[in-house]
Amino acid sequence: MSELDIRNLHVSVEGREILKGVNLIVRQGEVHALMGPNGTGKSTLAYTLMGHPNYEVTEGEVWFKGKNILELEPDERAHLGLFLAFQYPVAIPGVSVANFLRSAINAKRRAINPEDKGIPVPEFRRMLKETMDLLKMDHTFASRYLNEGFSGGEKKRAEVLQMAVLRPEIAIMDETDSGLDIDALRIVSEGVNTLRGPDLGVLVITHYQRILNYIKPDFVHIMLDGRIVESGGAELALHLEEHGYDWLREKSAEAMNG
Amino acid sequence: MVERERVVISRSRGGDGRQAAIAQEFSFTSDLVRGLADDNIAEAIRSYRLRAWVLFERLPMPTTNDEPWRRTDLRGMNSGVFRLPSQVDLERLRLPEPPENLLRPLAGEAHGGQIVITAHGARVELDDSLRQKGVIFTDLRTAEHEYPHLVEHVLGQIVHPEEGKFAALAGALAQTGVFIYIPPGVQVEKPLHSILWGAGVNLAYIDHILVWVDRGASLTYVHESASHTEADGQAFHAGIVEILVDEGANFRFVELQSWGEHVWNFSHERVRVEREANLDWIFGAIGSHLTKNFSELDLAGQGASGRMSGFYFTDGVQHLDHDTQQNHLAPHTTSDLLFKGALRDKSRSVWQGMIYVAPGAQKTDGYQANRNLVLSKQARADSIPGLEIMADDVRCTHGATVGKIDADQVFYLRSRGIPYREAERLIVEGFFDPIMQRIPFEGVRTRFQDAIMDKMG
Repeated sequence: MSELDIRNLHVSVEGREILKGVNLIVRQGEVHALMGPNGTGKSTLAYTLMGHPNYEVTEGEVWFKGKNILELEPDERAHLGLFLAFQYPVAIPGVSVANFLRSAINAKRRAINPEDKGIPVPEFRRMLKETMDLLKMDHTFASRYLNEGFSGGEKKRAEVLQMAVLRPEIAIMDETDSGLDIDALRIVSEGVNTLRGPDLGVLVITHYQRILNYIKPDFVHIMLDGRIVESGGAELALHLEEHGYDWLREKSAEAMNG
Repeated sequence: MVERERVVISRSRGGDGRQAAIAQEFSFTSDLVRGLADDNIAEAIRSYRLRAWVLFERLPMPTTNDEPWRRTDLRGMNSGVFRLPSQVDLERLRLPEPPENLLRPLAGEAHGGQIVITAHGARVELDDSLRQKGVIFTDLRTAEHEYPHLVEHVLGQIVHPEEGKFAALAGALAQTGVFIYIPPGVQVEKPLHSILWGAGVNLAYIDHILVWVDRGASLTYVHESASHTEADGQAFHAGIVEILVDEGANFRFVELQSWGEHVWNFSHERVRVEREANLDWIFGAIGSHLTKNFSELDLAGQGASGRMSGFYFTDGVQHLDHDTQQNHLAPHTTSDLLFKGALRDKSRSVWQGMIYVAPGAQKTDGYQANRNLVLSKQARADSIPGLEIMADDVRCTHGATVGKIDADQVFYLRSRGIPYREAERLIVEGFFDPIMQRIPFEGVRTRFQDAIMDKMG
C-alpha cells in the first residue's frame, strides 16, 4: 500500500511564497478532495507534486514509495506511479493519442528494464480498445492528434483515458471540472469512478462542490492562503456549500492570533 | 522548337552599396566542356554547352549583395581547388562505393529501374517490360548519343544558363546525369530510382537531370544525392534539373539530399507542368555543408497543378538555403507548397518563396507555407514568403513561422513518464507529421524518421 506523504511543503513562484507549509497524506484506495477559493495555492500544489520547473520548493518533503520525489524529474515521478490530470491539457500537434500513449507506456517499461523492447503493437491496440470501451469512448479518439482541436470535455476525457492506460497509484486531478457542462462533468466523473478501487488514490482539486456529487470523497480538505486549514469527511464539502469560506477564514485568523 | 516565354521575377536589389567580399574563383577551363570538338554530339547540345560556358565565364561569383544570395555567403568555399574526377583520381584515390541501404527501393516494393552514378561512371538498369513500352531511362552521355532529339527537347529549355553562375556552370560542365523519357500514355507503375554518389574531397560533381513525361503518361521518380562526411577538405556539387510534364501527365518526384557535411551544394531545378497535368514534388534535405537550391514550378498550361512538400533538418554548422517559386502562367492553375524544417546547434536555414501569378492567369489558387522549429539558441531560420500577383481573380495565401519547442508541451509529456530527449523528439516528429502525411511511400517516410532520430541524437 503506497502513500503520498506531503510534509511541511513551502513553495514559491517568482519569489512569492504560495504554499506555506502543507501537510497531507493520500493513500492508495482513498479519494481526497482539496477545496478552496481561487488563488489559495491548490494548482501550485498539483504542479509542484508533478515537478513543474517554475515552482520552487523552499522547504519540506514529499515522500512516495520510499523516495523524496522532490529530488526526481517529472518523468521519474510518473514512473513511480504518480499522475497529474491537467486543468489545461496541452496540445501536441502531429502526435496521435495512440502514439503518445504507446511512447509513455514504453518509457515506463524502459525505466524498469533498459533492455525492454516495448509493448507489442497488437497487445497495445487491444489494451487501448478495451480501455476506451471501459470509458465508453469512440475508438477514433486514438488516432486524433493529442488535445488538438479537442473540446473542453474531450480534453478531460483524454486525461482520464491516459490515467486509465498508465495505471497510476496516486492521481492528482487539477480542477478537472472546470469548463465542463453538467453532461461532460457526469461523463468524466463516471470515468474516474470506473477507475476507483483499492489500487488508486485520488486527490481531486476543485473549488466547486458539484464534482463531489459525482466523485464521492472519503476525505475533504480546505486550503486557504497556502495552508490546509480544515479536514473532515464528505460532509465538510456540504457544509462549505452552505456556509462558504468565511467561517474558516475567521477560524484560521483566530488560530493565527492564538 | 518553340521559344517559350521566360519568367523572370525582378527582386529589389538589397545591399547598402558597399562592395561585398567575393569568393574565390573556380579554376575550371574551357577544355572541360564536353563535345566541343566532337562531331558525334548534336549541334544543339554543343551550342548549348558553349553558350553556358561563355555565361559561366562572364557571370561573377554571387555575393551577399545579390538579393537571392543575401543570406548565403560563399567566401568559405575553396572554389579554386575543385576539379572534375579524372582517370588519375580514380586510380589513385580509393573512393568508397555507395552503401547498400542507399540502393534499396524507397518508393514501393521494387523499382522499375535504377541508375547509380559515381566518379567511375554510371551503372544503368531498366526493366525489360518498361524498355519494351518505349521508356528511356539512361545516363546523360548515353542519351546525348542515342536520343539527341529527345534530349534537345528539354535541355536548356526549362532551366536557362542565364539564370546564374551555377546554372551556367552545370550547363557547361555536366559530366553525368540522368535522362528519362516516358512515351505518351505509358503508365509506369514501378518507380525509377537514381543515385548520385559523390565520394571524396576536392572533387566537383556536376550533373544534369532531364525528364520528359509525355502526354497522358505517369511516373514516379526518386533521385538522391549523397556522400559520406569527410573530416577534412571540401567537395562540390552543382546540378540542373529540368522536367517537362506534358499535357495530362502525372509526375511524382521524390528528391533527397544527404550530402556529407563537407559538400558545397548548388542546384537550379524547374518543372514545367502543361495543360491538365499534375506534379507532386517531395524534397528532403538533411546533408551538405552549404546548399543553395532554386526550385521552381511553372504551371504553364490551363488546369495544371503542382504540390511541393519540403522536409529539412540541419545541425552542426550546416546552412541550407531553399529558394522556391510557384509560377502561375495560365488560368485555373493550382499550387500548394509546404516546407517544414527543424534546426539544431549553430545551423541555419533560409527559405525564400514566391508565388507569381502572370497577367491573365485568372482563377488560380496558390498556397505557400514555411514552418520552422528552432531547437537551439544558436540556430537561426529565415523565412521570407512573397506574392507577386498580376491577375485580379485569384486566391493566393501564404504563411511563415519560426518557433521553438514549448516548455509546457515538454512538461506535459514528461508528466506522463516520457524522458526529456524523447519528449523533444516526439514533438519534432509531430511537427513534421503534416509533411509525412503528404508522402505516400513508407520507405521515404522511414528515411525522414531515421533522419530525425539521427539528428536528435
